[in-house]
Amino acid sequence: MSEMRSSFKATYLCIGCPVGCQLMVDLPEGADDLVVSGQQCRRGVDYARKEHRAPERFVTASVRIQGAAWARLPVKTQQPVPKESVVEVCRLLREVSVEAPVVAGDVILANVAGSGVDVVATRSLTRSLPCADLKAEAADVGM
Amino acid sequence: MAGLPLRAEYALVIIGAGPAGMAAAIRACDLGVSSILLIDREPEPGGILNQCIHNGFGLHWFKEELTGPEYAERFAEQLAKRSITLLTDAFVMEVDSNRRVAVLSAKTGLVVVSAAAVILAMGARERTRGAIRIPGDRPSGVLNAGLAQKFVNQLGVLPGRRAVILGSGDIGLIMARRLTLEQVEVEGVYEIMPHANGLNRNIVQCLHDFGIPLHLSTTVVQIHGRDRLEGVTVAPVGPDRVPQLVHARYIACDTLLLSVGLIPENELSRQMGVALDPVTQGPVVDSRMQTSLAGVFACGNVVHIHDLVDFVSAEGTLAGESAARFIQGESVAPDAIRLRPGAHVRYCVPHSLSPGRTQTVYLRVDQPLQRARLKIGPNEAKVLRYAFPAEMISVRVIPPALEAVPTSLAGTTTVDRTASQVIWDVEVHADE
Repeated sequence: MSEMRSSFKATYLCIGCPVGCQLMVDLPEGADDLVVSGQQCRRGVDYARKEHRAPERFVTASVRIQGAAWARLPVKTQQPVPKESVVEVCRLLREVSVEAPVVAGDVILANVAGSGVDVVATRSLTRSLPCADLKAEAADVGM
Repeated sequence: MAGLPLRAEYALVIIGAGPAGMAAAIRACDLGVSSILLIDREPEPGGILNQCIHNGFGLHWFKEELTGPEYAERFAEQLAKRSITLLTDAFVMEVDSNRRVAVLSAKTGLVVVSAAAVILAMGARERTRGAIRIPGDRPSGVLNAGLAQKFVNQLGVLPGRRAVILGSGDIGLIMARRLTLEQVEVEGVYEIMPHANGLNRNIVQCLHDFGIPLHLSTTVVQIHGRDRLEGVTVAPVGPDRVPQLVHARYIACDTLLLSVGLIPENELSRQMGVALDPVTQGPVVDSRMQTSLAGVFACGNVVHIHDLVDFVSAEGTLAGESAARFIQGESVAPDAIRLRPGAHVRYCVPHSLSPGRTQTVYLRVDQPLQRARLKIGPNEAKVLRYAFPAEMISVRVIPPALEAVPTSLAGTTTVDRTASQVIWDVEVHADE
């Protein structure tokens, strides 16, 4: 169980449904657990607690690929990673370059940023000529 | 290459190999349609899904949360297992009144093929700067969010280094995150309406997570820059959505992304004389996804803009099935019930129903409502805990609800929709 942050009121927009309740989280004196208010259903309580204690996110991004129809291979983390590691995950992915062919599900970066989660390809790309070659004109905005 | 040269005739020609077209092709093939030509302008099937690398797709269809490319690949795999002719990098120029399809591609040149049935699955295009008439200069650096998504996710180039995003729909929000993760500075997201347009999940995970401000009731009133965008002027708008220029301010930026709406892509449909619904800007379709032209069907974003690709797959499957039945000479009675959008309902698709089977009706409300009752004709179809314009409602209408309709129309073979149809109003009533 991760350590709870020091008690302060925090608000979160619930993502459970389009109603979008403003959830308020507090740890009052003598309370056993975080108190959540502002929810219209149970899902909001669980969500707010998780967001407050240990928020996590899936990361979906793309990496450089050579020898394929497209210049980028889309990837994702297999599981969510801690929210605070998202930027580091993307920084690590910027250093990756893979070579076609790639099969959907191939591990591109194992245990990314020490999270225990692998980054995998979300599509297959065979070896082929590029559909378009923008590199020659895109010197300072190439990825 | 397999499938070339093209035949002179196909039983079924499907225009668009995105999720709608692929689902239709697979279903029609499985129902025994002998020759199917599936045409797409991109180098591969999958449509817009190939550039939607974020997740949230397939929760209904596959009971898994997938990214766009994963969803597309599952359908592409099914396509490859069947003898469906897939023609990519190809553009349909015209379809005439005898269902002859003129298609242009580097591989084939200009070829005309005949079809016993045609399915329109061309998807949608984005609303442009010109369509919303933003005044000012016309430099480079002003582009639609979906195009920027293609640049970043497939072509490997960034649109610029400092971006302003107009429109808080999901495409704009998704690109706010995407650009930020690729180290482009996103100055802010601007939305002309007083409320955000996209999913709360995207507000949180694309804006809040990165501290990107969302400015409601604010719009871009001028674009500045000679060759390249240098900045935009934004101003707040009042309840009438007229900009209050006295409060305008200038923002330096080199990129303006527009996420201001999707429009069904019906140039071909208009050319063919297919009847269109002015609210959806897509074809009027019956409960079998047939348009006003016999043997011409439509499905997916070309009919109405969807939120969930799972519903697109369902619609495509239905269109494929209906086209197969048409090709195989099954005679079907025209729909006996015309649906008419009523209180709080902006539109509903399909535009008519038949007695005697289960059908799914999709609709959107015109304002946010809580605890509302949906009525389809004389029957209360559903109690809704909430209803939002940005979230399409789907409801299954089950045969017993249609018993009150006279059966004397069964067996007629003409596609005459207007005569002898019962009108059912589709309404949403908020609890008083």
